[in-house]
Amino acid sequence: MSAVLEVKGLTVDIPVAAGDLHAVRGIDFSVEKGETLCIVGESGCGKSLTSLSIMGLLPKRAKIAAETMEFAGTDLLGMKEKELASIRGNRMAMIFQEPMTSLNPAYTIGNQLMEPYIRHKKASDKEARERAIYLLERVGITAAASRLSQYPHQLSGGLRQRVMIAMALMCDPELIIADEPTTALDVTIQAQILHLLAELRNEFNSALILITHDLGVVARVADKVAVMYAGKIVEAGTVEEIFRKPLHPYTQGLINCIPVPGKTARGSRLGSIPGIVPTLIGDIRGCSFRNRCAFAHDACDTADPYHSLAPGRGYRCTLDVATCEANAKELVSA
Amino acid sequence: MTTTIANRGLPAAEDIVGPTPGQQLRRRIFGHRGLMIGGGILLVMFLMALTAPLIAPHDPYMQSLLSRVKPPVWVTGNWDHVLGTDQLGRDYLSRLMYGAQISLLIGFAAAFISGVIGTAMGVAAGYFGGRVDMVVTFLITVRLSMPVVLVALAVVALIGGSLTVVISVLGLLLWDRYAVVMRSATLQIRQMDYVAAAKAVGCSTPRILLTEIMPNIVNNLIVVATLEMAHAILLEAALSFLGMGVQPPTPSWGLMVSEGKDYILFESWMIMIPGVALFLLVLAINLVGDGIRDVTAPEARN
Amino acid sequence: MLVYTLKRLFIAFLVALTVSLITFSLTYVAGDPATAIAGEAATEADIEYIRELYGFDRPILIQYAEWFLNAMQGDFGQSFYFKLPVADILFERLPISMTLGVCAITFAISLSIPLGVLAAMRPNSFLDRLALGISVVGQAMPSFWFALMLIVIFAVWYPILPTTGSESWEHFILPTIVLGYYATPAIMRLTRTGMLEVLGSDYIRTARAKGLPQHVVLFKHALRNAVIPVVSLAAVQFGFMLGGSIVIESIFALHGAGYLAWESIGRNDLPVVQAVVLIFSLFYIVLTFLSDLLNAWLDPRIRVG
Repeated sequence: MSAVLEVKGLTVDIPVAAGDLHAVRGIDFSVEKGETLCIVGESGCGKSLTSLSIMGLLPKRAKIAAETMEFAGTDLLGMKEKELASIRGNRMAMIFQEPMTSLNPAYTIGNQLMEPYIRHKKASDKEARERAIYLLERVGITAAASRLSQYPHQLSGGLRQRVMIAMALMCDPELIIADEPTTALDVTIQAQILHLLAELRNEFNSALILITHDLGVVARVADKVAVMYAGKIVEAGTVEEIFRKPLHPYTQGLINCIPVPGKTARGSRLGSIPGIVPTLIGDIRGCSFRNRCAFAHDACDTADPYHSLAPGRGYRCTLDVATCEANAKELVSA
Repeated sequence: MTTTIANRGLPAAEDIVGPTPGQQLRRRIFGHRGLMIGGGILLVMFLMALTAPLIAPHDPYMQSLLSRVKPPVWVTGNWDHVLGTDQLGRDYLSRLMYGAQISLLIGFAAAFISGVIGTAMGVAAGYFGGRVDMVVTFLITVRLSMPVVLVALAVVALIGGSLTVVISVLGLLLWDRYAVVMRSATLQIRQMDYVAAAKAVGCSTPRILLTEIMPNIVNNLIVVATLEMAHAILLEAALSFLGMGVQPPTPSWGLMVSEGKDYILFESWMIMIPGVALFLLVLAINLVGDGIRDVTAPEARN
Repeated sequence: MLVYTLKRLFIAFLVALTVSLITFSLTYVAGDPATAIAGEAATEADIEYIRELYGFDRPILIQYAEWFLNAMQGDFGQSFYFKLPVADILFERLPISMTLGVCAITFAISLSIPLGVLAAMRPNSFLDRLALGISVVGQAMPSFWFALMLIVIFAVWYPILPTTGSESWEHFILPTIVLGYYATPAIMRLTRTGMLEVLGSDYIRTARAKGLPQHVVLFKHALRNAVIPVVSLAAVQFGFMLGGSIVIESIFALHGAGYLAWESIGRNDLPVVQAVVLIFSLFYIVLTFLSDLLNAWLDPRIRVG
């Protein structure tokens, strides 16, 4: 099966006062039809910029480059703005983090839902309306027909995010990118929205890229996981591999931070990763996690080799696989 | 995990040693072109106004019927009256220098009076809210619906034009923008936690206003003050131009334009010179105001 | 929406009442109006006669009530100078001021909104700098001086436009430019900052993510939201312009209400001055009321619940 999206060596640089900020530093990933890829990392690791660069929505001053960035076999970087626009909202759609501000306050829900469908599918108002009602019902909004004439400010955050999801699905896209779709919502609503996303992905058989910092979300919906740190992918694998046998010290640290019911002793301290993320301005050599890593040694100052273990499985570290696996075992048994 | 981990030479964002806040402020001020240009012009105008009695080549009130409406030096080459003479033979350069005194005095005094009124109203409305806010907002609306030029003209004409009257009338009319800006600024600050903290430890209202609110809105105050100063200077010039402001023979720039109006056909320099002076002064004040706003605005930091 | 309208209407009425009170009190600003009317050569008896004739001897509140009620019916009293009803003189002059005001605000809007939008689309571009230059110069230039400079240019150096009177549409060109330019900086700046803010907002990113073409993003999604505050400002500026028309009309000898007011101030013809102040204020109040309604209609957050 060919990949819906294939990215190799993507870099994003943002010029700032002190020099170039290397926000994304050469990342590879791919996602196939009916598959969910989660990109995990803390804020500032470049995961949101990655999603925006796929959509071609980066601010103009950002510099973007890649060896490969192909959507269904066509090169995205070489496209003119017009061609890109004909794909955006049509064959690939995006759901944003902030449902409260992502809808235009001046227009009705219906107007904003129908807009991409009319534009991309050359549909009539009536067809677009029917599609909008169908999808609103599909994302679990009651009295869908009457919602169309409502304005965003009349809906709650959870409802608005459902509307955003329906909007993304309007043209039946091959790829959906959801950037922290649940972060701004209440915990109970979060679960509902995640469930909905997973369900819809199956139903529409599209590829889903979910950007998140929440490992709980990852465990729930992901097929594949890419862990990002300081602009690079430090570990990639299936969701089982990442949770059962995390190889990179950062992934291990992340998983160590999650309390496990029945396993984590009451009153015992949860894990934490000491230190802070390094700045990404200027030249960076060696492993960017070394200042927070318990296993750091001199080799880390100059190198951070990527070990590819299998297609879609690998990690970026100076330690060999045996050492990493030993560390993982220690972590799991602890 | 309490292992201490070596830094291993990776710089964090905090490690990039930046200039100190003082250095940053200085760099912003001197790096702001508008502020520098405006400040420069303003400084020259100030010096001109202050030292007018010393450096003015002639008495600004001395008439000379023999040398009336003499064009400036670039037309005649006569260095005795560099900017020429007016319809009564008075030296134009000297009148221009003394005129700077009038404009600056009116600008400062009117901006000060209206500033006191407007700030008091705005801060009270923003801090106390409720009825006080309603009354102040209502007064602002009333004030805005009265045509300033017309009312100022009428009142000055009724009482009789003089420097004091013009200053008081403008001072009593131009408080609206202060009130609007101070009100919204205070509203914002009032919600801050440090104000709540001050209340919680039992600070008195005047003390909170003085030590918590004022320092945080003083930047806005300065910016509005410059705008209103420019506004007052323009209004005085307009009033004097229409003959209802400062009265002759006072060398107000607006009055000079008005007196030169009769010579517009052949001696257009007579209106150009005081007009350019007015324009430059107001431009300089506006540039300084905009500059202060840019330099001190929190969003401009970092 | 109805509640909102009624509330606004009530406030507008209160403001109008207060303004009328202030306007009326102009009569007493300079002290005894009877002495002023009688002139310097008048005897004590003359002054007493005038006081009774104009009713200045009655309690002030009654005078105000009478003046206000008459004004509401379009009766602003007799002009001291013309010895004619103020209303007749005023309503003959008002259309000229209104024409000038409408021309000027149209000129200002059609110059400042496109420039503001273009400047916001390309910050720091040549156009942005040009727009900034226009607004900086516009804010600093005394309007009476600008008017005189235009007269020098278009009547003295290149005599192609008339500079005094109001007989033809050509007479309105220069006054329109001067008065319109006066309102341009504020409207342009607000359009620019509003547009910049909106263009950086999440819902514009959404619109672009939907693959909408640039012009739909700009004109449908951005401008509509950016223009909401501009509507109020334009209304306010229109009101200011009427006030400012006094300077412009007097320079171009445009016989409108502003010119009338200026002449009447010089003649101590107080009823006329009061009438102009009141009419201009009322006009401003009506205008801001209408712009509030228009705003509410443009902004569904006010219109719907």
